Amino acid sequence: MTALHDPPADTRRPPRHAAPTDPAGSRHPRARRTLTYAGLTAMTSLTLMPLAWMLSASLKRDAEVLAIPIQWIPDELRWSNFVEIWQRIPLATYLGNSLFLSLTITFLQVLTGSFAAYGFAKVRFPGRDALFLGYLATIAVPWQAYMVPQYIMMQRAELTDTHWSIILLQAFGAFGVFLMRQYYMSIPDELCEAAKIDGLSDYGIYRRIMLPLSKPALASLALLTFVNTWNDYMGPFIYLTSNELWTVQLGLRSFIGQYEAEYAMIMTGAVLSVLPILVLFLFGQRYFIQGIATSGLKG
Amino acid sequence: MASATTRPAPITPGRPRRRRLWRDTLIGWSFILPNFLGFALFTLVPVIAAFGLAFMDWDSYGTPEWAGLDNFQRLWGDENFHVALRNTLYYAAGHIPLTLLASLGLAMALNRRLRAVNFFRTAAFFPYITSLVAVAIVWNMLFNPTAGPVNLLLEAIGVQDPPRWVSSTDWAMPAVIITSVWRDMGYYMVLYLAGLQTIPKEYYEAAKVDGAGPWQRFWGITLPSLRPTTFFVLVMLTIQSFKVLDLIVVMTGGGPGRSTLVLAQLVYREGITEGQFGYSSAIALVLFLIVFTVTIVQFRINERRNAT
Repeated sequence: MTALHDPPADTRRPPRHAAPTDPAGSRHPRARRTLTYAGLTAMTSLTLMPLAWMLSASLKRDAEVLAIPIQWIPDELRWSNFVEIWQRIPLATYLGNSLFLSLTITFLQVLTGSFAAYGFAKVRFPGRDALFLGYLATIAVPWQAYMVPQYIMMQRAELTDTHWSIILLQAFGAFGVFLMRQYYMSIPDELCEAAKIDGLSDYGIYRRIMLPLSKPALASLALLTFVNTWNDYMGPFIYLTSNELWTVQLGLRSFIGQYEAEYAMIMTGAVLSVLPILVLFLFGQRYFIQGIATSGLKG
Repeated sequence: MASATTRPAPITPGRPRRRRLWRDTLIGWSFILPNFLGFALFTLVPVIAAFGLAFMDWDSYGTPEWAGLDNFQRLWGDENFHVALRNTLYYAAGHIPLTLLASLGLAMALNRRLRAVNFFRTAAFFPYITSLVAVAIVWNMLFNPTAGPVNLLLEAIGVQDPPRWVSSTDWAMPAVIITSVWRDMGYYMVLYLAGLQTIPKEYYEAAKVDGAGPWQRFWGITLPSLRPTTFFVLVMLTIQSFKVLDLIVVMTGGGPGRSTLVLAQLVYREGITEGQFGYSSAIALVLFLIVFTVTIVQFRINERRNAT
């Protein structure tokens, strides 16, 4: 993000006298801090309320879910919902498919993305920047505008209703190249020059210097790609028709269609579909935030 | 950009120089190729094809034939297209300003030195990484017209006859907008927090010395300093709003009736469900042109503001 701030005009006047700074704050620091915490807690509770409601509903009976008044902690916690759901729908298959697709796509994206990013950032050759501009231009085109030609291609190649269609369409995105190039550009060229004098080839520099140095960026890219693939709905929705290929998102959606009134079980499924991402996010949130703040782009 | 591609002119033009250039080109391409093959085949070719197909008459049974502007003529008279365009604009008009305000508000509230601030930031960001299907399921139930918590709350504060949300043609779009704002605000909050951290503390100290209150500091310092971030957020939000698809598909399916049918969904329906490849590409081209034009206009406005 660029930091182009014009100095505000009205702060340049000479100070009149040494005024006591922030009178209200310094007189009652503790009261003020308590108030701040109370405000933030209220705001956060409001934000998380839908998710809390989801969790609470997942532990109820169907009839209790929409009962009035809302019981946030049900009298009887029905943990059995979390056992029963595995028999109701092939959840293990769905989770396995989601995991397989997310891991494969993340692996390919990180590998080819960082590899290509080195070519764009550290090797000079004619046509390089024009090519990169081509990558950038497609990021600006919404995916929705070219999903039909993609579908036609996959249909002609007879790859619809296979995991291949999803992998091929999502593993080579321009996003990974863009994110990694940003990072490699910040690594000084002198470092590569010095390594070359020491006899390292470009491939050696990539493997021995760039990869270890760019671990945070690699982690950001991996996490963002994984979560995007895990949560993706439209890709599997368009391409996967066989039940045994479905991801957890598709399985959950069809579950609602079939058993509309089983509110509690639906919520149980929703909780289970979110849980892996929650765990991943709590462990790697630093990389998440960095990835978003530096690229500002979604995959 | 292009100036960086050619190396400075060699003093003695000769073979080693040229051989080096050759070698660098080969090495460069060897790095790029694995990604480029996939990218070219599965992104670049479809993007170019999408533009071409818009001018073709082609459905899943026939062969493509040049049709000139026929598809666009048909578009002009297609009522579904008008409805979808209107709904997309409605969604954008709600989603863009509300998400902007909510994310800026969150960032302002969470841009402080507190022990637990990271916990609060994580909580605010969490809706964004929750899967869309889970989000849609939960909010659909929250918006349940008779027993949903949203309407219970509205009735409790004295609203008589609260809206029927996703079951009503008038209130389905507001319900979708509220859900999308809730989901996306954490993402843009991260961008705003990054922007807030670039503002030098001295500005605020100087303003305090001058006796400026918090409100004056916000309008005089924070908001002007955040202009590059706001511009970026605005562009991203605009693009995101016009291409909205998955939330609609999962939450309302375009209904009730056509009340939440959007452009991207029409592309999906005509192209993939109905197999009208040419016609759907024309809709997609219009969608792209709208996004493109709005982005260019925003860039222009931003340039002019920076100049003054």
